Amino acid sequence: MEIRYWNQRLETLPRHELRQLQLERLREVVGYALQTPFYQKRLPKAGISSPEDIRSLDDLKKIPFTVKDDLRQAFPKGLLAVDMEKVVRIHSSSGTTGIPTVIYYTADDLDRWTDLLARSIVATGAGPADVFQNMMSYGLFTGGLGMHYGAERVGMAVIPVGGGNTQRQLQIMRDFRTTVLHITPSYLLHIHQRMPEFGLTPADLNLKKAWMGAEPHSENTRLKLQELFGIDIYNSYGLSEMNGPGVAFECVYKNDLHVWEDGYIIEIIDPRTGEPVEDGQEGEVVFTNLIRHALPLLRYRTRDLAFLHPEPCPCGRTARRMSRITGRTDDMLIINGVNVFPSQIEEVLMSIPEVGTNYQIHLSRHEGLDRLTVKVEIYSKLFTGDLAALEALKNKINEKLRASITINSRIELHEPGSLPAFEGKAKRVVDEREKL
Amino acid sequence: MKIRQISVFLENRKGRLYEVCSLLGQAGINIRALTIAETESFGVLRMVVNKPDEAISLFRKHNITANLTDVVAVEVPDRPGGLAEVLKVLSDGNVNVEYMYAFVEKFSEKALLVFRFDDPGRAHQVLSRAGITVISEKELPNL
Repeated sequence: MEIRYWNQRLETLPRHELRQLQLERLREVVGYALQTPFYQKRLPKAGISSPEDIRSLDDLKKIPFTVKDDLRQAFPKGLLAVDMEKVVRIHSSSGTTGIPTVIYYTADDLDRWTDLLARSIVATGAGPADVFQNMMSYGLFTGGLGMHYGAERVGMAVIPVGGGNTQRQLQIMRDFRTTVLHITPSYLLHIHQRMPEFGLTPADLNLKKAWMGAEPHSENTRLKLQELFGIDIYNSYGLSEMNGPGVAFECVYKNDLHVWEDGYIIEIIDPRTGEPVEDGQEGEVVFTNLIRHALPLLRYRTRDLAFLHPEPCPCGRTARRMSRITGRTDDMLIINGVNVFPSQIEEVLMSIPEVGTNYQIHLSRHEGLDRLTVKVEIYSKLFTGDLAALEALKNKINEKLRASITINSRIELHEPGSLPAFEGKAKRVVDEREKL
Repeated sequence: MKIRQISVFLENRKGRLYEVCSLLGQAGINIRALTIAETESFGVLRMVVNKPDEAISLFRKHNITANLTDVVAVEVPDRPGGLAEVLKVLSDGNVNVEYMYAFVEKFSEKALLVFRFDDPGRAHQVLSRAGITVISEKELPNL
């Protein structure tokens, strides 16, 4: 197998040198962290008042974890470490679950991030001769723009089409002989299902590869999509807190994802105790961002569950590999690539008087696409016997839900007392999608 | 002259219709006419019974979602064109039918038509003027 590197020295750096590099960069970001109101309060209490207090990588453990809620509390500028004059890019979460979160980047931050994306792209064997159709959303979401600049740096021909509009996507694939896609698994499958409508088969296209991210998927899903399109598909992992995509990526061996450890320190912890798990054991993934200075994040708990492969990869890269995401420590659901918290659904349901107090969230998969069914009990006293009113209620629930969680759901109305009732903590989510 | 129809919310579950109907049977309540309006995931059972008050309290006691709706019941001769004649009267009288269902009676040559109108008062007027027999709730148990 042909192995291509973007930065061979860094990618094959011996582990002890890699750790030395991590230590230097950690000191640097701790210096920036100490410029922020958030870490100014937190780090000195942990015995870290200057970068020199980090003597070895083991000192990382002195630093308390940072969690999503810290980002919300620090909104908008509590974690900003540089003057706004230095900031050249802002990405933000939508704040559908409450207060939004924000990430700032300096020009140098973007440069370092872009370089890791270029590295990720080349690791999959793509290069300047490829035509790249970026089907991830552009905008405040980091997936689109991040990969865009990485691909330009590699010298690919980038088509910044963004998500949606299947007919146009297919037309562009055909007209420009697209070779590489960046896409979610559910959308790739959807594209396949729509192709006959436009008189197309994969043989009419020139696709070679796809980078698949933003939603967890099983190995079977990958294999199925590879077969349907006759292409190679590579797993991509990232999160905006760690800049965006390009935190971990598969190489041509497609044997789980190399974590770019010169850019991010990865720890796998027991989510209950916060202690590191043994090598190879599953736990919560914790990252320290070593390459972003505008908004430093130390020991950030992702709530994603995964494990590290201790053994090296035949590609020669010294960056360890993490498994695909095997689950979450919180109750966040990923439905066709969209993050949804059950609490969002509950909030909407409880704002509708005709809905009783009991409900159930049901997830299943049909033809590769996730389906969200929300089962609600109707409130007896508001039952009028009118069928049209019940249909209208279903539509109203769906509309209100869509306004909050952005996706469509099927609404099922049930009799009061018919859904399973719970004492104590309710199990309201039934997920029947295939396990990872 | 309105009569009361019982509407029951039925979720799409095996045996549910049986459960509802057997409750009525055990309580000695007779169903005079019935229909089910359905969607893919639930239905509404509509019926006219001989003892609506008893039926509704029975359902409430068993936590069955039910409600009373005013409807108009009409008796017509059980022969071809019987229904059409009534509908013509309503149509000519400019009365709108929300929904209706029919039941053939055992011991007479009559059929019972149950109508839900958006304007029951006007419907009643139009029907009476055309000499069509509107049934009262009191007459119902004797049918």
